[in-house]
Amino acid sequence: MNFLPYLVAIWLFVVGLYGVVTSRNLFHQIISLSVVQASTYVLLLAIGYRTGGTAPVFAGIPVGRLAVDPVVQALSLTDVVVGATVTALLLAIAVQVHKRTGSLDPEDLRRRLGERDE
Amino acid sequence: MTIQVRRIVFLLAGAFLAALLVWGMGGLPHFGAYRGPYGDVLNAVSVPERHITDVVTAVNFDFRGFDTLGEEFIFFAAVLGVALILRAQPGEGPGHVEDYATGRAVPPTSDAVRVLGLGLTPPTVLFAIYVVAHGHLTPGGGFQGGVILATGVLLIYLAGEFDDLHGLYTEVTLERAEAIGAGAYAAIGTLGLLTGATFMANVLPLGKIGHVFSAGTVPLINLAVGLEIAAGLVLLLTTFLRQTLVLRPTASPGPLTKALGG
Amino acid sequence: MTVLQVVILVLVAGGGTAVVATRDPLRQAMMASFFGILLAILFFVLQAPDVALSEIVVGAVALPLMILLSLAKVRGGQR
Repeated sequence: MNFLPYLVAIWLFVVGLYGVVTSRNLFHQIISLSVVQASTYVLLLAIGYRTGGTAPVFAGIPVGRLAVDPVVQALSLTDVVVGATVTALLLAIAVQVHKRTGSLDPEDLRRRLGERDE
Repeated sequence: MTIQVRRIVFLLAGAFLAALLVWGMGGLPHFGAYRGPYGDVLNAVSVPERHITDVVTAVNFDFRGFDTLGEEFIFFAAVLGVALILRAQPGEGPGHVEDYATGRAVPPTSDAVRVLGLGLTPPTVLFAIYVVAHGHLTPGGGFQGGVILATGVLLIYLAGEFDDLHGLYTEVTLERAEAIGAGAYAAIGTLGLLTGATFMANVLPLGKIGHVFSAGTVPLINLAVGLEIAAGLVLLLTTFLRQTLVLRPTASPGPLTKALGG
Repeated sequence: MTVLQVVILVLVAGGGTAVVATRDPLRQAMMASFFGILLAILFFVLQAPDVALSEIVVGAVALPLMILLSLAKVRGGQR
Protein backbone atom coordinates (compact mmCIF):
# COMPACT_ATOMS: atom_id res chain seq x y z
CA MET A 1 0.00 0.00 0.00
CA ASN A 2 2.84 2.33 0.68
CA PHE A 3 4.10 2.01 -2.88
CA LEU A 4 0.75 2.13 -4.69
CA PRO A 5 1.29 5.59 -6.29
CA TYR A 6 4.65 4.51 -7.70
CA LEU A 7 3.08 1.33 -9.09
CA VAL A 8 0.30 3.37 -10.68
CA ALA A 9 2.90 5.64 -12.28
CA ILE A 10 4.81 2.65 -13.68
CA TRP A 11 1.57 1.10 -14.94
CA LEU A 12 0.51 4.29 -16.70
CA PHE A 13 3.97 4.56 -18.30
CA VAL A 14 3.99 1.02 -19.63
CA VAL A 15 0.35 1.12 -20.79
CA GLY A 16 0.86 4.42 -22.60
CA LEU A 17 3.99 3.05 -24.23
CA TYR A 18 2.05 -0.02 -25.36
CA GLY A 19 -0.48 2.29 -26.95
CA VAL A 20 2.25 4.18 -28.80
CA VAL A 21 4.00 1.03 -30.03
CA THR A 22 1.01 -0.96 -31.24
CA SER A 23 -1.17 1.78 -32.63
CA ARG A 24 -2.73 1.94 -36.08
CA ASN A 25 -3.85 5.53 -35.98
CA LEU A 26 -1.71 8.63 -35.50
CA PHE A 27 -4.27 10.33 -33.25
CA HIS A 28 -4.46 7.28 -31.01
CA GLN A 29 -0.66 7.36 -30.71
CA ILE A 30 -0.64 11.02 -29.74
CA ILE A 31 -3.26 10.61 -27.02
CA SER A 32 -1.44 7.57 -25.64
CA LEU A 33 1.66 9.75 -25.44
CA SER A 34 -0.26 12.13 -23.19
CA VAL A 35 -0.99 9.18 -20.87
CA VAL A 36 2.77 8.60 -20.61
CA GLN A 37 3.19 12.27 -19.68
CA ALA A 38 0.52 11.90 -16.99
CA SER A 39 2.52 9.11 -15.38
CA THR A 40 5.40 11.51 -14.71
CA TYR A 41 3.08 13.97 -12.96
CA VAL A 42 1.73 11.21 -10.71
CA LEU A 43 5.26 10.09 -9.82
CA LEU A 44 6.49 13.61 -9.03
CA LEU A 45 3.54 14.53 -6.85
CA ALA A 46 3.64 11.20 -5.03
CA ILE A 47 7.30 11.75 -4.15
CA GLY A 48 6.56 15.16 -2.70
CA TYR A 49 3.58 14.12 -0.60
CA ARG A 50 3.79 14.11 3.18
CA THR A 51 1.22 12.41 5.39
CA GLY A 52 -0.70 15.00 7.35
CA GLY A 53 0.69 17.81 5.24
CA THR A 54 -1.44 20.50 3.71
CA ALA A 55 -1.09 22.42 0.45
CA PRO A 56 1.99 24.71 0.45
CA VAL A 57 -0.09 27.88 0.54
CA PHE A 58 0.23 29.87 3.75
CA ALA A 59 -2.56 32.39 3.25
CA GLY A 60 -4.44 32.26 6.52
CA ILE A 61 -2.56 29.44 8.20
CA PRO A 62 0.57 29.84 10.32
CA VAL A 63 3.92 29.41 8.59
CA GLY A 64 5.06 26.55 10.80
CA ARG A 65 2.27 24.19 9.64
CA LEU A 66 3.42 20.96 8.04
CA ALA A 67 3.08 21.19 4.25
CA VAL A 68 3.92 19.06 1.23
CA ASP A 69 6.83 19.75 -1.06
CA PRO A 70 6.32 22.80 -3.31
CA VAL A 71 9.21 22.15 -5.70
CA VAL A 72 7.66 19.13 -7.47
CA GLN A 73 4.37 21.00 -7.75
CA ALA A 74 6.14 23.87 -9.47
CA LEU A 75 7.69 21.40 -11.93
CA SER A 76 4.40 19.65 -12.70
CA LEU A 77 2.47 22.89 -13.03
CA THR A 78 4.38 24.33 -15.96
CA ASP A 79 4.75 20.89 -17.47
CA VAL A 80 0.98 20.37 -17.74
CA VAL A 81 0.44 23.48 -19.85
CA VAL A 82 3.56 23.11 -21.98
CA GLY A 83 2.91 19.39 -22.54
CA ALA A 84 -0.54 20.10 -23.90
CA THR A 85 0.89 22.63 -26.32
CA VAL A 86 3.49 20.18 -27.59
CA THR A 87 0.65 17.68 -28.08
CA ALA A 88 -1.07 20.33 -30.18
CA LEU A 89 2.08 20.56 -32.28
CA LEU A 90 1.99 16.80 -32.84
CA LEU A 91 -1.68 17.01 -33.82
CA ALA A 92 -0.88 19.71 -36.36
CA ILE A 93 1.83 17.50 -37.90
CA ALA A 94 -0.64 14.59 -38.06
CA VAL A 95 -3.24 16.76 -39.82
CA GLN A 96 -0.69 17.83 -42.42
CA VAL A 97 0.47 14.26 -42.96
CA HIS A 98 -3.11 13.26 -43.64
CA LYS A 99 -3.55 16.11 -46.06
CA ARG A 100 -0.46 15.12 -48.03
CA THR A 101 -0.84 11.36 -48.11
CA GLY A 102 -4.45 10.63 -47.23
CA SER A 103 -3.54 8.06 -44.60
CA LEU A 104 -3.28 8.08 -40.82
CA ASP A 105 -1.91 4.59 -40.36
CA PRO A 106 1.75 4.53 -39.21
CA GLU A 107 2.35 1.19 -40.94
CA ASP A 108 0.96 2.47 -44.21
CA LEU A 109 2.95 5.70 -43.95
CA ARG A 110 6.17 3.88 -43.15
CA ARG A 111 5.74 1.68 -46.18
CA ARG A 112 4.75 4.49 -48.47
CA LEU A 113 7.36 7.00 -47.44
CA GLY A 114 10.00 4.27 -47.20
CA GLU A 115 9.32 3.25 -50.79
CA ARG A 116 9.76 6.78 -52.00
CA ASP A 117 13.24 7.00 -50.50
CA GLU A 118 14.52 3.99 -52.41
CA MET B 1 8.29 -6.58 -38.48
CA THR B 2 4.58 -7.18 -38.45
CA ILE B 3 2.40 -5.74 -35.78
CA GLN B 4 1.87 -9.06 -34.02
CA VAL B 5 5.60 -9.63 -33.68
CA ARG B 6 6.03 -6.10 -32.44
CA ARG B 7 3.32 -6.63 -29.84
CA ILE B 8 5.03 -9.74 -28.47
CA VAL B 9 8.43 -8.06 -28.41
CA PHE B 10 6.93 -5.11 -26.58
CA LEU B 11 5.18 -7.29 -24.02
CA LEU B 12 8.49 -8.93 -23.16
CA ALA B 13 10.41 -5.68 -23.12
CA GLY B 14 7.64 -3.91 -21.26
CA ALA B 15 7.55 -6.57 -18.57
CA PHE B 16 11.31 -6.29 -18.18
CA LEU B 17 11.08 -2.48 -18.00
CA ALA B 18 8.28 -2.65 -15.44
CA ALA B 19 10.27 -5.09 -13.30
CA LEU B 20 13.33 -2.83 -13.45
CA LEU B 21 11.26 0.21 -12.49
CA VAL B 22 9.57 -1.60 -9.60
CA TRP B 23 12.97 -2.68 -8.30
CA GLY B 24 14.18 0.91 -8.64
CA MET B 25 11.13 2.42 -6.94
CA GLY B 26 11.72 0.10 -4.00
CA GLY B 27 14.56 2.38 -2.99
CA LEU B 28 12.34 5.42 -2.71
CA PRO B 29 10.98 6.45 0.69
CA HIS B 30 7.48 5.23 1.50
CA PHE B 31 4.58 7.26 0.18
CA GLY B 32 4.06 10.11 2.62
CA ALA B 33 7.52 9.99 4.20
CA TYR B 34 9.01 12.91 2.31
CA ARG B 35 12.50 13.56 3.63
CA GLY B 36 14.10 16.12 1.35
CA PRO B 37 15.42 19.33 2.90
CA TYR B 38 14.58 21.84 0.18
CA GLY B 39 10.81 21.67 0.52
CA ASP B 40 10.99 22.43 4.22
CA VAL B 41 13.50 25.22 3.71
CA LEU B 42 11.35 26.86 1.04
CA ASN B 43 8.18 26.54 3.08
CA ALA B 44 9.84 28.18 6.07
CA VAL B 45 11.64 30.92 4.16
CA SER B 46 9.18 32.00 1.47
CA VAL B 47 6.80 34.09 3.58
CA PRO B 48 9.29 35.99 5.78
CA GLU B 49 11.91 36.60 3.09
CA ARG B 50 9.83 37.16 -0.05
CA HIS B 51 6.38 38.01 1.36
CA ILE B 52 4.76 35.43 -0.92
CA THR B 53 2.17 33.12 0.66
CA ASP B 54 1.81 30.75 -2.31
CA VAL B 55 5.11 28.90 -2.14
CA VAL B 56 4.59 27.14 -5.49
CA THR B 57 4.41 30.52 -7.26
CA ALA B 58 7.46 31.64 -5.29
CA VAL B 59 9.40 28.64 -6.56
CA ASN B 60 8.16 29.13 -10.12
CA PHE B 61 8.72 32.85 -10.51
CA ASP B 62 11.16 33.89 -7.83
CA PHE B 63 13.50 31.20 -6.60
CA ARG B 64 13.58 29.33 -9.93
CA GLY B 65 12.32 32.07 -12.24
CA PHE B 66 14.94 31.31 -14.87
CA ASP B 67 13.58 27.81 -15.48
CA THR B 68 10.07 29.17 -15.97
CA LEU B 69 11.46 31.58 -18.55
CA GLY B 70 12.71 28.55 -20.47
CA GLU B 71 9.36 26.77 -20.16
CA GLU B 72 7.57 29.86 -21.41
CA PHE B 73 9.75 29.92 -24.49
CA ILE B 74 9.04 26.22 -25.11
CA PHE B 75 5.37 27.22 -25.17
CA PHE B 76 6.16 30.10 -27.50
CA ALA B 77 8.07 27.85 -29.88
CA ALA B 78 5.31 25.22 -29.90
CA VAL B 79 2.64 27.81 -30.79
CA LEU B 80 4.98 29.15 -33.47
CA GLY B 81 5.35 25.61 -34.81
CA VAL B 82 1.61 25.05 -35.01
CA ALA B 83 1.01 28.40 -36.72
CA LEU B 84 3.70 27.53 -39.27
CA ILE B 85 2.56 23.98 -39.93
CA LEU B 86 -1.10 24.84 -40.32
CA ARG B 87 -0.70 27.95 -42.44
CA ALA B 88 -2.48 28.18 -45.79
CA GLN B 89 -0.51 26.09 -48.25
CA PRO B 90 -0.22 26.96 -51.97
CA GLY B 91 -2.96 24.48 -52.86
CA GLU B 92 -5.51 25.83 -50.39
CA GLY B 93 -7.65 28.88 -50.01
CA PRO B 94 -10.38 30.21 -47.80
CA GLY B 95 -13.86 28.85 -48.43
CA HIS B 96 -17.05 29.60 -46.60
CA VAL B 97 -17.38 28.31 -43.08
CA GLU B 98 -19.04 24.94 -43.29
CA ASP B 99 -19.09 21.74 -41.31
CA TYR B 100 -16.31 19.91 -43.12
CA ALA B 101 -17.19 16.51 -41.71
CA THR B 102 -20.72 16.46 -43.13
CA GLY B 103 -20.52 19.11 -45.86
CA ARG B 104 -23.55 21.08 -44.79
CA ALA B 105 -23.55 24.67 -43.55
CA VAL B 106 -22.92 25.10 -39.85
CA PRO B 107 -26.32 25.08 -38.13
CA PRO B 108 -27.11 28.10 -35.91
CA THR B 109 -26.52 27.42 -32.24
CA SER B 110 -29.53 26.80 -30.06
CA ASP B 111 -30.79 29.43 -27.67
CA ALA B 112 -29.83 27.41 -24.61
CA VAL B 113 -26.19 27.35 -25.66
CA ARG B 114 -26.24 31.05 -26.44
CA VAL B 115 -27.71 32.00 -23.08
CA LEU B 116 -25.25 29.77 -21.29
CA GLY B 117 -22.33 31.25 -23.21
CA LEU B 118 -23.55 34.78 -22.57
CA GLY B 119 -23.97 34.07 -18.89
CA LEU B 120 -20.69 32.22 -18.38
CA THR B 121 -18.23 34.34 -20.35
CA PRO B 122 -17.98 37.43 -18.08
CA PRO B 123 -17.51 35.43 -14.85
CA THR B 124 -14.91 33.26 -16.58
CA VAL B 125 -12.90 36.23 -17.82
CA LEU B 126 -13.18 37.91 -14.41
CA PHE B 127 -12.13 34.73 -12.66
CA ALA B 128 -9.17 34.38 -15.01
CA ILE B 129 -7.96 37.91 -14.22
CA TYR B 130 -8.45 37.21 -10.51
CA VAL B 131 -6.39 34.03 -10.70
CA VAL B 132 -3.58 35.79 -12.54
CA ALA B 133 -3.52 38.79 -10.21
CA HIS B 134 -3.61 36.78 -6.97
CA GLY B 135 -1.09 34.20 -8.06
CA HIS B 136 1.33 35.01 -5.28
CA LEU B 137 -1.32 34.89 -2.54
CA THR B 138 -3.55 31.87 -3.29
CA PRO B 139 -3.25 28.94 -5.71
CA GLY B 140 -3.07 30.31 -9.20
CA GLY B 141 -0.71 32.35 -11.27
CA GLY B 142 0.07 33.20 -14.84
CA PHE B 143 -0.19 29.68 -16.30
CA GLN B 144 -3.56 28.78 -14.84
CA GLY B 145 -5.13 32.19 -15.34
CA GLY B 146 -3.92 32.38 -18.93
CA VAL B 147 -5.52 29.05 -19.80
CA ILE B 148 -8.79 30.05 -18.11
CA LEU B 149 -8.80 33.30 -20.08
CA ALA B 150 -8.37 31.34 -23.32
CA THR B 151 -11.33 29.20 -22.25
CA GLY B 152 -13.41 32.35 -21.87
CA VAL B 153 -12.69 33.30 -25.47
CA LEU B 154 -13.51 29.75 -26.51
CA LEU B 155 -16.94 30.11 -24.88
CA ILE B 156 -17.67 32.96 -27.27
CA TYR B 157 -16.91 30.71 -30.22
CA LEU B 158 -19.05 27.89 -28.80
CA ALA B 159 -22.01 30.17 -28.21
CA GLY B 160 -21.78 31.84 -31.60
CA GLU B 161 -19.95 31.16 -34.82
CA PHE B 162 -16.39 31.33 -36.01
CA ASP B 163 -17.03 34.73 -37.62
CA ASP B 164 -17.88 36.18 -34.23
CA LEU B 165 -14.29 35.73 -33.19
CA HIS B 166 -13.10 37.97 -36.02
CA GLY B 167 -14.92 40.92 -34.47
CA LEU B 168 -13.06 40.31 -31.27
CA TYR B 169 -9.44 40.25 -32.38
CA THR B 170 -7.20 39.88 -35.41
CA GLU B 171 -4.40 37.38 -35.54
CA VAL B 172 -1.83 40.14 -35.72
CA THR B 173 -3.07 41.48 -32.37
CA LEU B 174 -2.75 38.03 -30.84
CA GLU B 175 0.76 37.58 -32.14
CA ARG B 176 1.80 40.97 -30.81
CA ALA B 177 0.21 40.24 -27.42
CA GLU B 178 2.01 36.93 -27.17
CA ALA B 179 5.33 38.47 -28.15
CA ILE B 180 4.87 41.30 -25.64
CA GLY B 181 4.13 38.77 -22.91
CA ALA B 182 7.18 36.68 -23.67
CA GLY B 183 9.46 39.68 -24.06
CA ALA B 184 8.19 41.35 -20.90
CA TYR B 185 9.25 38.36 -18.82
CA ALA B 186 12.81 38.62 -20.13
CA ALA B 187 12.73 42.40 -19.75
CA ILE B 188 11.70 42.13 -16.09
CA GLY B 189 14.66 39.83 -15.67
CA THR B 190 16.99 42.51 -16.94
CA LEU B 191 15.61 44.90 -14.30
CA GLY B 192 17.75 43.01 -11.88
CA LEU B 193 20.81 43.58 -14.03
CA LEU B 194 20.14 47.32 -14.23
CA THR B 195 20.15 47.70 -10.45
CA GLY B 196 23.34 45.76 -9.93
CA ALA B 197 21.83 42.46 -8.75
CA THR B 198 21.77 39.22 -10.72
CA PHE B 199 19.47 38.49 -13.69
CA MET B 200 15.88 37.75 -12.60
CA ALA B 201 16.52 38.92 -9.03
CA ASN B 202 13.50 40.23 -7.17
CA VAL B 203 14.49 43.90 -6.91
CA LEU B 204 11.19 45.77 -6.58
CA PRO B 205 9.86 46.66 -3.08
CA LEU B 206 8.38 43.64 -1.36
CA GLY B 207 5.37 45.27 0.30
CA LYS B 208 3.14 43.78 2.99
CA ILE B 209 2.32 40.09 3.21
CA GLY B 210 -1.12 39.32 1.84
CA HIS B 211 -1.60 42.42 -0.26
CA VAL B 212 -2.07 42.22 -4.00
CA PHE B 213 0.72 44.72 -4.65
CA SER B 214 3.42 42.87 -2.79
CA ALA B 215 6.23 40.45 -3.56
CA GLY B 216 8.19 42.70 -5.90
CA THR B 217 8.47 41.49 -9.47
CA VAL B 218 6.28 38.39 -9.07
CA PRO B 219 2.86 40.00 -9.85
CA LEU B 220 4.39 41.66 -12.92
CA ILE B 221 5.82 38.38 -14.13
CA ASN B 222 2.45 36.74 -13.49
CA LEU B 223 0.76 39.34 -15.68
CA ALA B 224 3.29 38.86 -18.47
CA VAL B 225 3.00 35.08 -18.38
CA GLY B 226 -0.81 35.23 -18.21
CA LEU B 227 -0.90 37.48 -21.25
CA GLU B 228 1.43 35.22 -23.19
CA ILE B 229 -0.31 31.95 -22.34
CA ALA B 230 -3.77 33.39 -23.05
CA ALA B 231 -2.76 34.93 -26.37
CA GLY B 232 -0.80 31.82 -27.36
CA LEU B 233 -3.64 29.43 -26.61
CA VAL B 234 -6.22 31.59 -28.39
CA LEU B 235 -3.87 31.74 -31.38
CA LEU B 236 -3.55 27.96 -31.25
CA LEU B 237 -7.32 27.49 -31.16
CA THR B 238 -7.88 30.01 -33.95
CA THR B 239 -5.30 28.25 -36.12
CA PHE B 240 -6.99 24.89 -35.61
CA LEU B 241 -10.44 26.38 -36.16
CA ARG B 242 -9.41 28.15 -39.33
CA GLN B 243 -7.74 25.01 -40.61
CA THR B 244 -10.85 22.95 -39.97
CA LEU B 245 -13.63 25.34 -40.85
CA VAL B 246 -12.28 27.71 -43.46
CA LEU B 247 -9.35 26.40 -45.49
CA ARG B 248 -10.30 24.23 -48.44
CA PRO B 249 -8.22 22.65 -51.19
CA THR B 250 -8.42 24.74 -54.34
CA ALA B 251 -8.48 23.30 -57.84
CA SER B 252 -4.71 23.03 -58.40
CA PRO B 253 -2.58 21.29 -55.73
CA GLY B 254 0.71 22.88 -54.78
CA PRO B 255 4.17 21.69 -55.83
CA LEU B 256 4.90 19.83 -52.58
CA THR B 257 1.72 17.78 -52.79
CA LYS B 258 2.55 16.82 -56.35
CA ALA B 259 6.07 15.78 -55.34
CA LEU B 260 4.79 13.53 -52.58
CA GLY B 261 2.38 11.85 -54.98
CA GLY B 262 -0.66 13.16 -53.15
CA MET C 1 -2.91 6.13 3.03
CA THR C 2 -6.54 7.08 3.18
CA VAL C 3 -9.30 5.21 1.39
CA LEU C 4 -9.91 8.20 -0.86
CA GLN C 5 -6.32 8.16 -2.10
CA VAL C 6 -6.41 4.43 -2.82
CA VAL C 7 -9.71 4.70 -4.70
CA ILE C 8 -8.61 7.62 -6.85
CA LEU C 9 -5.25 6.03 -7.66
CA VAL C 10 -6.96 2.84 -8.81
CA LEU C 11 -9.41 4.92 -10.88
CA VAL C 12 -6.53 6.79 -12.51
CA ALA C 13 -4.80 3.52 -13.43
CA GLY C 14 -8.07 2.21 -14.87
CA GLY C 15 -8.69 5.46 -16.71
CA GLY C 16 -5.27 5.37 -18.34
CA THR C 17 -5.84 1.80 -19.48
CA ALA C 18 -9.23 2.79 -20.90
CA VAL C 19 -7.71 5.70 -22.82
CA VAL C 20 -5.22 3.40 -24.53
CA ALA C 21 -7.75 0.61 -25.05
CA THR C 22 -10.21 2.86 -26.87
CA ARG C 23 -9.12 2.65 -30.47
CA ASP C 24 -11.53 5.08 -32.15
CA PRO C 25 -10.00 8.56 -31.80
CA LEU C 26 -13.33 10.29 -31.30
CA ARG C 27 -14.26 8.15 -28.30
CA GLN C 28 -10.70 8.37 -27.12
CA ALA C 29 -10.93 12.17 -27.01
CA MET C 30 -13.92 11.91 -24.67
CA MET C 31 -12.10 9.33 -22.59
CA ALA C 32 -9.02 11.57 -22.42
CA SER C 33 -11.18 14.42 -21.15
CA PHE C 34 -12.54 12.18 -18.40
CA PHE C 35 -9.01 11.00 -17.61
CA GLY C 36 -7.99 14.62 -17.22
CA ILE C 37 -10.71 15.20 -14.63
CA LEU C 38 -9.63 12.05 -12.74
CA LEU C 39 -6.04 13.27 -12.74
CA ALA C 40 -7.16 16.65 -11.44
CA ILE C 41 -9.00 14.99 -8.55
CA LEU C 42 -5.87 12.94 -7.81
CA PHE C 43 -3.72 16.06 -7.75
CA PHE C 44 -6.24 17.69 -5.43
CA VAL C 45 -6.17 14.74 -3.05
CA LEU C 46 -2.36 14.91 -3.06
CA GLN C 47 -2.61 18.52 -1.81
CA ALA C 48 -1.54 20.19 -5.07
CA PRO C 49 -4.22 22.79 -5.93
CA ASP C 50 -2.11 24.69 -8.48
CA VAL C 51 -1.43 21.60 -10.56
CA ALA C 52 -5.07 20.53 -10.29
CA LEU C 53 -6.22 23.92 -11.62
CA SER C 54 -3.92 23.60 -14.62
CA GLU C 55 -4.90 20.02 -15.31
CA ILE C 56 -8.65 20.73 -15.17
CA VAL C 57 -8.54 23.51 -17.70
CA VAL C 58 -5.97 21.97 -20.00
CA GLY C 59 -6.88 18.31 -19.85
CA ALA C 60 -10.63 18.63 -19.92
CA VAL C 61 -11.12 21.60 -22.23
CA ALA C 62 -8.18 22.61 -24.40
CA LEU C 63 -6.77 19.21 -25.31
CA PRO C 64 -10.02 17.44 -26.31
CA LEU C 65 -11.01 20.50 -28.31
CA MET C 66 -7.83 20.35 -30.38
CA ILE C 67 -8.23 16.59 -30.88
CA LEU C 68 -11.82 17.05 -32.03
CA LEU C 69 -10.90 19.84 -34.43
CA SER C 70 -8.13 17.74 -35.96
CA LEU C 71 -10.52 14.80 -36.27
CA ALA C 72 -13.12 16.96 -37.99
CA LYS C 73 -10.50 18.14 -40.45
CA VAL C 74 -9.40 14.61 -41.21
CA ARG C 75 -12.89 13.10 -41.43
CA GLY C 76 -14.06 15.70 -43.88
CA GLY C 77 -11.20 14.85 -46.21
CA GLN C 78 -12.16 11.20 -46.22
CA ARG C 79 -15.54 11.83 -47.80
